Amino acid sequence: MNDNIKFVQGNEACVEAALYAGLEFYAGYPITPSTEIAEHMAVRLPKLGRRFIQMEDEISSICAIVGASLTGHKAMTATSGPGFSLMQEGLGYAIMAEIPCVIVNVMRGGPSTGLPTSPSQSDVYQARWGVHGDHAIIALTASNHQDVFEMTVHAFNMAETYRTPVILLLDEVIGHMRERLEIPGPEAIPVVDRLRTSVRAGIDYHPYLPREDGRLPMSDFGSEHRYNVTGLAHDMWGFPSSNPGVVHGLLRHLTDKIKNNVGNITRHKEYYLEDARTVLISYGSSARSALHVVEHQRARGERLGLLELQSLWPFPYGLVEEKCAYARNIIVVEMNMGQITRAVKRAVKDPERVVLANRIDGVFITPTDIKNILRLIQGKGV
Amino acid sequence: MAVKDYIRERFFPHMWCPGCGHGIVLNSLLRGVEQLGMSKNEIVMVSGIGCSSRISGYVDFHSLHTLHGRALAFATGVKMSKPELNVIVPMGDGDALAIGGNHFIHAARRNIAMTAIVMNNRIYGMTGGQYSPLSGYGTAATTAPYANIDHDFDVVQLAKAAGASFVARTTTFHARQMTDILKSAIVHDGFSVVEILTQCPTYFGRKNKMGGAAEMMEWFRDNTTPIGSKAKQENPDLIERGIFVQEEKQEYCAEYENVIKRATGGRS
Ligand SMILES: Cc1ncc(C[n+]2csc(CCOP(=O)(O)OP(=O)(O)O)c2C)c(N)n1
Ligand code: SF4
Ligand SMILES: [Mg+2]
Repeated sequence: MNDNIKFVQGNEACVEAALYAGLEFYAGYPITPSTEIAEHMAVRLPKLGRRFIQMEDEISSICAIVGASLTGHKAMTATSGPGFSLMQEGLGYAIMAEIPCVIVNVMRGGPSTGLPTSPSQSDVYQARWGVHGDHAIIALTASNHQDVFEMTVHAFNMAETYRTPVILLLDEVIGHMRERLEIPGPEAIPVVDRLRTSVRAGIDYHPYLPREDGRLPMSDFGSEHRYNVTGLAHDMWGFPSSNPGVVHGLLRHLTDKIKNNVGNITRHKEYYLEDARTVLISYGSSARSALHVVEHQRARGERLGLLELQSLWPFPYGLVEEKCAYARNIIVVEMNMGQITRAVKRAVKDPERVVLANRIDGVFITPTDIKNILRLIQGKGV
Repeated sequence: MAVKDYIRERFFPHMWCPGCGHGIVLNSLLRGVEQLGMSKNEIVMVSGIGCSSRISGYVDFHSLHTLHGRALAFATGVKMSKPELNVIVPMGDGDALAIGGNHFIHAARRNIAMTAIVMNNRIYGMTGGQYSPLSGYGTAATTAPYANIDHDFDVVQLAKAAGASFVARTTTFHARQMTDILKSAIVHDGFSVVEILTQCPTYFGRKNKMGGAAEMMEWFRDNTTPIGSKAKQENPDLIERGIFVQEEKQEYCAEYENVIKRATGGRS
């Protein structure tokens, strides 16, 4: 059998993809349903001469990956709800200091310890606004293992391109389900390497001065350029500054570098949207049930389509508006109380067209759940 | 290289109050680094948040000014991903042992090679004089207006019990000893802890009627003694200074190389 074809959990697909993307350092703390990521990392990384560490908690895990990234190594951590809460301070640090890294959150039911082994998609807004202060964030997701692979590589690529932490929101179903995965051949998916400065030793290097294209070349700790990194507002040398002009420029830069590149960051898939009168919008494992419904109703002649979001933040407002322009009904399918529904309502004209099909009880949302909502809309009763 | 060559002059004057002990620590540390003849490129200084942690901005090393209490966690990522770097982690007493207490004991337990400097002024200087886990019973602070009922940690005992392979204590009055101890700590291959009693005249001094910086340093002179001295036998209340632990023990990054060997079947 072909060595590149595997039958694995989504968590393992994520590990394989991270290694493909050039991951060299992993730090983490076990938590269901993300633990298999740490376990596979512990096996795989030392075999490649790379490093794994189990830290004392999630706070230290995210701090450790930031430290490792600064020495020039691609780094990541993985966690779930409670651990993701603990990581918010470190995540804000990585945003402010512009340190590339990847944080995987395999979502489970919350709040608090919640439902450790049940699926949920209720951390979508925490991913967006868990960090204090104005900021932008990139959060990606996936609905099958091949996509987990691609989106994990995309996460590392976005982290390096925009010098920012990237969140990968998986969910319990995707993390634990076993499915076929074909590992793409080398170079089948482009990998973005660390952009290092070409400024020579002895010449003033500005770690926080964007190039013309907006990117900020880095210099590894330990090499010839010595500079300061801080979570305080800082100038182009990385030195603390409270100069209003400098602070304003920094905050604008941190948000604009993401806001102005929504097109490069956003990924989506579409099914039967051309003539769809009812558009389903979904992501992650929920999108599997949504697609099932669309195909089933299509077979019966109903004009349904699916817009599957593979990136949630920055939210692709323009894309959603365009794809929903001619829809009579828009059904957002997600396992929370309407987190993406809220964004969709903001995106489309006539937001009263938007309804939510959800489950919040720790049970995976089924095609029947969605069909019930569909029947309600169609006035058929349940 | 002269000591001033290790400083980022561009970022002076520093933010510390007149008489603050943190400047003495900076000076003694740079003397030590200079005497060891270390290159600036091989040193990474990782600090947290506090008056003490601002030290990292003033030195011309690779410097990482992080989050309150988390310096050792960031430092662990730096060291493990590039073990050839020399990592120095100055921390405040609250930084190292309140919010950062968990990271402190776990870094010590791993025996990962880095120099943890606890700049112990027995107070939260940066936030304006609240009590810390090292203030001690009966002291005054803005959050202990009726005298503190919290007991303090003994940093030396704590570090020893947690597994640090180098543990020492000194004060800002003993600047020469500080340099010698820091040199030994920096070259030590394992987790080193150096507690430095330092003065915050602005808050601890004022609140506790200790006088100005000079009087506070005289207090360090009069209330400390070399480890195992005769004076200590006569007056057990004296605080001992010197190197308490200096032992050879497998270092964490070196140990991880063995993990790699086992994982690769010795092929790496
Ligand atoms: C998470 C978090 N909590 C609280 C603070 C506020 N804070 C800043 S410094 C500090 C204490 C500083 O005391 P210490 O560590 O002893 O250093 P010193 O200023 O005395 O040198 C506190 C509580 C913070 N920055 N971050
Ligand atoms: S407040 Fe205390 S610790 Fe902070 S700079 Fe002033 S004297 Fe030093
Ligand atoms: Mg203090």
